[in-house]
Amino acid sequence: MSETRETLPAQKAWMSVAQKVGIPLASVVLAIIVGSVIMWTSGYDPVAAFAALFKGSFGGPKQIGDTLLRSTPLILTGLALAYGFRANLFNIGAEGQLFMGGLAVAWLGVAVTGLPWIIMVPMLLLASMLAGAAWAFVPAILKARVGAHEVITTMMFSYIARYIVSWLVVGPLKAPGQIPQTVALPTGAQLPRIQTLFGESTLDALPFLNLGRTHLGIVVALVAALFVWFILKYTTLGYENRAVGFNPWASETGGISVQWTTVKALCISGAFAGLAGAVEVMGVHYRIFDQFSSGFGFTGIAVALLAKNHPLGVIPAAILFGGLTAGAGTMQLEAGVPQKIILIIQALVIFFVAAEEIFKWFIKRRQKEALSHAG
Amino acid sequence: MPVLELREITKIFPGVVANDRVSLELERGEIVALLGENGAGKSTLMNVVYGLMSSDGGQILVNGEMVKIKSPRQAIDLGIGMVHQHFMLVEPLTVTENIILGREPGRLGVIDFATARQKVQEISARYGLKVDPDAKIMDLSVGMQQRVEILKALYQGASVLILDEPTAVLTPQEVKELFRVVRSLVDEGLSVVFITHKLEEVMSVSDRIVVMRDGKVVGETKPSETDDVGLARMMVGRDVVLSVEKGPSTCGAQVLEVTDLEVRDDRGLEAVRGVSFTVCGGEVVALAGVSGNGQSELVEAIVGLRRPSSGSLQLKGLDITHASARASIEAGVSHIPEDRHRRGLVLEFDLAENLILGDHRLPPFASHGIMHPSAIAGVAERRIEDYDVRTPSWHVLASNLSGGNQQKVVVAREIGRNPELLVAAQPTRGLDVGSIEFVHKQILAERENGKAVLLVSLELEEVLSLADRILVIFEGRIVQEFTVDEVDEETLGYYMTGGGGSKLDGEAEHVEMTEGDS
Repeated sequence: MSETRETLPAQKAWMSVAQKVGIPLASVVLAIIVGSVIMWTSGYDPVAAFAALFKGSFGGPKQIGDTLLRSTPLILTGLALAYGFRANLFNIGAEGQLFMGGLAVAWLGVAVTGLPWIIMVPMLLLASMLAGAAWAFVPAILKARVGAHEVITTMMFSYIARYIVSWLVVGPLKAPGQIPQTVALPTGAQLPRIQTLFGESTLDALPFLNLGRTHLGIVVALVAALFVWFILKYTTLGYENRAVGFNPWASETGGISVQWTTVKALCISGAFAGLAGAVEVMGVHYRIFDQFSSGFGFTGIAVALLAKNHPLGVIPAAILFGGLTAGAGTMQLEAGVPQKIILIIQALVIFFVAAEEIFKWFIKRRQKEALSHAG
Repeated sequence: MPVLELREITKIFPGVVANDRVSLELERGEIVALLGENGAGKSTLMNVVYGLMSSDGGQILVNGEMVKIKSPRQAIDLGIGMVHQHFMLVEPLTVTENIILGREPGRLGVIDFATARQKVQEISARYGLKVDPDAKIMDLSVGMQQRVEILKALYQGASVLILDEPTAVLTPQEVKELFRVVRSLVDEGLSVVFITHKLEEVMSVSDRIVVMRDGKVVGETKPSETDDVGLARMMVGRDVVLSVEKGPSTCGAQVLEVTDLEVRDDRGLEAVRGVSFTVCGGEVVALAGVSGNGQSELVEAIVGLRRPSSGSLQLKGLDITHASARASIEAGVSHIPEDRHRRGLVLEFDLAENLILGDHRLPPFASHGIMHPSAIAGVAERRIEDYDVRTPSWHVLASNLSGGNQQKVVVAREIGRNPELLVAAQPTRGLDVGSIEFVHKQILAERENGKAVLLVSLELEEVLSLADRILVIFEGRIVQEFTVDEVDEETLGYYMTGGGGSKLDGEAEHVEMTEGDS
């Protein structure tokens, strides 16, 4: 219809706030409500369950540490997906790039010796990003040149990456012993736990620093989120990325190369997925093996969705998902609710975020009603 | 008793009263023109009548009986038919199949095609709407497709026909044909509501004119009682300069030189077949032609969006034959695209972001890849001011502006860049008179500044009022060149449709239309 006109500024501001924060929040609340109903009908006490869940994820510094530990790779894969989505690219194969990133550091961290920590660690992080980007490069070129859909190609590349790792850890890169895994990284190539950075006295004085297994990767992830936010908001790279994502034809008319922007976007997305693999290897397992990622690449899709593809929104979204997994054990232990219920709640969050149109419809209807009463 | 009566129809959108107690009567055998600028509420009103939108107040009476119309189905049952601006036809199906769609004759789910075909032919003969019942929609010209839409409404038993901006996509000849059809419909006792914002159409086709502005009916008149200027004043609410004043052309240095240019379209067919012309500074050269005769491809080649297959393009002596869109912009070519939603704007971007698209890499907007928000905001504010974009601020998303204001944003960006050559493709398509006046002034201002302007337009009136020289393009060739004072609309129309012993290879009977038309 041709009859579009400016809506009132106040209304628009309200709409925009509601959409940016309100809808994801409402999705979480609704997921909790529906999750409670499911628990209650299954004969569990939802109040006790959520109390235990909260205790297990945010009840103390150790629990918070556990949540952050699980959030770290999710922030990075969430960023990877969000950056891709901003260019209208669905990097569903982030898991594969994550494997390649992890593989790069697991191999280089052992193969390269004699470098000080301060050089070794940044080098490894950079290598993981390059590996992730490289793994996204072929799907990116295929997309740009012949229009092959990235959902198919990155997914296929994800399988290839996983099988390469499966083969390497039983073959050429296998550490001595029975277990199919690589040799452990030396300390000089690890991301240390946060609490090991402080002395006993500091930890006693500041108990909230007792963050358990949380490692420096969380700092890497937070810096990465800020970095992506800066790219999208303040650089021509981000501007072109968003322009192409919204309207490739207008971008082309404005002298932006859509193909080149697509390649860059998918590779940058891959780089952050690769970085997620690096923090898992360097901060948690110190080696790579078949199951080193519990589907972080895929959960990243949900994180980006909940964050509405905002790089800073990725942080709370990842912490929510991290917290849900971190607290699941406590919930089972203390309230007797099976851990699997967490998967249901996660699914519900996604469902409600995806059902945003329903919220929008309600909002529009309410506004209309309000206006017609006023008029 | 009126066949259709609207009493105080009110329709409210968030923040906007689209129809404010609008009343309208339509008598049997009458053509009422509903005239108004874009956003005046004409289409909304008719969408309410056709059951596509629910009203927030008011009553609809059909043949004196109060009715509630909740769906197009109900509207059709009440004898109301509507032909939309964008056709609702199934392209791979035939004319007959499209017309009977939803009301197929036959039984037990088996369609009786023979009866259907016969019925379609009957209606088409009765109203003088000639069309091949077995032709596929995708093989028909836009004018013929519209005819199918009208036939469909008649088949469904419409006694009131609503035509929403029916001439927007037609050639001058097709418009004449449409008017003839509309006349024969009312002679047969139908009533027609004709939605438009074009003054000359209103004057020539309607019995009665209802003018809307800002959601209200602001006046009613007859063609015999008013003229263009009076209507424009009613429509816009102030005096409008309809004809643009311009001094004689001061042709300066040659800016664009096109030599033997050949360009292929998306399907690999030759769309531009050896075109040569020049545009000099201080001159407006118009490319007149029926849509789909290679104008789009020619424009895309000039602005770097399409690689020519042979020939050359020179901009002030610089070879831009194979320049990319970026290189072309940097060489001084600006482009007002024919489709502002697709090519001109990123609707999800705010106005500032849209106002720098194409210049976003260059100082003062960016250096070394980092953007400078304060410089961007400053320029955005100035351009919004200079080009009279009606908006509370540059933070507003482009999608929230009206069509006219959106086009002003595109014009502000492309002219604000201070180009050597401005390529304006249908710069006023779908705009209301007020915005058209503004865009025309800006284009002529470029001409006064000694810049070269290449105008591509389907509106002959626009071509004749802005151009110094007119090139007629037909089937990818320039078939005739005129200076503006030696030609009139009739002659242009004649050459545009292949008249004058064209260089037709006898290959195409009808003029093919590209997708961009609808």
